[in-house]
Amino acid sequence: MEKRGLNLTLKIWRQENAKTKGAFVTYPIQNISPDCSFLEMLDQLNEQLVDKIERPICFDHDCREGICGMCSLYINGRPHGNDTGITTCQLHMRRFKDGETIWIEPWRSKAFPIIKDLVVDRSAFDKVIQAGGYTSVNTGGAPDGNAIPIKKENADLAMDAAACIGCGACVAACKNGAAMLFVSAKVSQFALLPQGRVEAKERVSNMVREMDQLGFGNCTNTKACEAECPKEIKISNIARMNREYLISALQK
Amino acid sequence: MQRFYLSSIVKKLIMSISGLFLIIFLLVHLGANLTTLISQEAYNEVCHFMDTNVLIRIMVPVLALGFIIHIFMACMLTLQNMKARGSDRYAITGKSNISWAGKNMFVLGIIVLGFLALHLMHFWSKMQLQSFMGVEAVTDPYTLVADLFRNPLYSGIYIVWIWALWFHLTHGFWSALQSLGLNNNTWIPRLEVIGKIYAWIVCLAFTIIPLFFLLGLDK
Ligand code: HEM
Ligand code: SF4
Ligand code: FES
Repeated sequence: MEKRGLNLTLKIWRQENAKTKGAFVTYPIQNISPDCSFLEMLDQLNEQLVDKIERPICFDHDCREGICGMCSLYINGRPHGNDTGITTCQLHMRRFKDGETIWIEPWRSKAFPIIKDLVVDRSAFDKVIQAGGYTSVNTGGAPDGNAIPIKKENADLAMDAAACIGCGACVAACKNGAAMLFVSAKVSQFALLPQGRVEAKERVSNMVREMDQLGFGNCTNTKACEAECPKEIKISNIARMNREYLISALQK
Repeated sequence: MQRFYLSSIVKKLIMSISGLFLIIFLLVHLGANLTTLISQEAYNEVCHFMDTNVLIRIMVPVLALGFIIHIFMACMLTLQNMKARGSDRYAITGKSNISWAGKNMFVLGIIVLGFLALHLMHFWSKMQLQSFMGVEAVTDPYTLVADLFRNPLYSGIYIVWIWALWFHLTHGFWSALQSLGLNNNTWIPRLEVIGKIYAWIVCLAFTIIPLFFLLGLDK
């Protein structure tokens, strides 16, 4: 049986740059295959716009397989659309009904200013990483991977935290514009492992300081971040960061 | 590097400790109130104790400070968070599955604060405050309480407010421990349940007292 294409109405946020005011523009689109991804649907729309000599819609993307964290988009009231544990590039058009109206917005948070249309500047995350999201090691021959024994439980928790792709959905979903889920994932992935413990105290206090200075909000434990994280990072990481931070402050 | 700065996590710590302190206070307050259900003498006795005991006299200003800190930090955090969120609003919101209480802690807190003001005006200013100022306190606080609660309007407002507190507590309890860093994947759901049990016990008991007088069960 041949699959019927979807006819949709798209309400897309268009904005020239951070200084100008933006607005929603309505674009009807026909015959979209339910098998294509959300970003492929936008590609088709952009091709149509180019054909009409209109400016295509700017949106972020890179890997298109859920690992880079570039794709953003607040779709019908949820970051990455109405599905759990996925990025926008992993969202399929079969999740939508024929005739549906889809609202597409950029991440909206003070620390993520809009660059153009649906593209926001997430370099605040990079600054948090530069403040301590690394380990300092001497270069040279790679040591044997199993030389340092690591508890399985910690290895698993560290791996779960390291799954964070820095997409910013946690900030976009948060009514406080807080970046705690992201920062706590980055703090945890090191704090749980012996190699990361060495610099754990400076790391957590520097990263939190940077996070505060960049204008992210204060966490009130609403759990909106956890509900929207494509990598299902848990808020237990936030508790771990709070404890790491408070202990490091006491020991100063 | 700046040496002193109030980081977001320290602000949350202050919120958390003041909130937990208020949670303990509520139990003490509830214990005193429940004696109204026993007898007039029992409640008047407790009030007399509360008016004269040295420890209580020390704790009352500490309690006031606890409230002030909690409310001051709540306002500061809420303002900062509104700023961090920015003025651009999403056209569509509220689609993710998160608790209502958690999103509305400030509004709930303001409702509790309104209640607190009324409560201080009607009860505390006539009872404990008088004796702290060295003036003769009402000799029969039981009758004062009973008369107010027989008023359906007053009892109604009181009960509505108690249930705003219920929402505040269901989120507040586990949230306070999360802020302190005392949480992990196993304990988050457990603490949420413990917080709910605490909130139910406190709020049901606080509701029974006005109902007791309203329904004339004291006679
Ligand atoms: C008996 C009265 C009260 C009790 C027992 C109480 C308890 C708590 C607790 C335990 C928390 C959680 C702290 C945390 O997340 O770390 C909290 C949070 C909060 N409370 Fe209260 N509270 C009371 C009154 C108030 C009042 C009068 C306000 C007035 C504005 C208020 C506003 C807030 C706000 C805004 C939060 C969330 C703050 C945040 O998480 O950053 N509360 N409360
Ligand atoms: S914690 Fe989750 S939502 Fe936040 S940046 Fe990392 S992957 Fe994205
Ligand atoms: S484009 Fe890389 S995660 Fe979506």
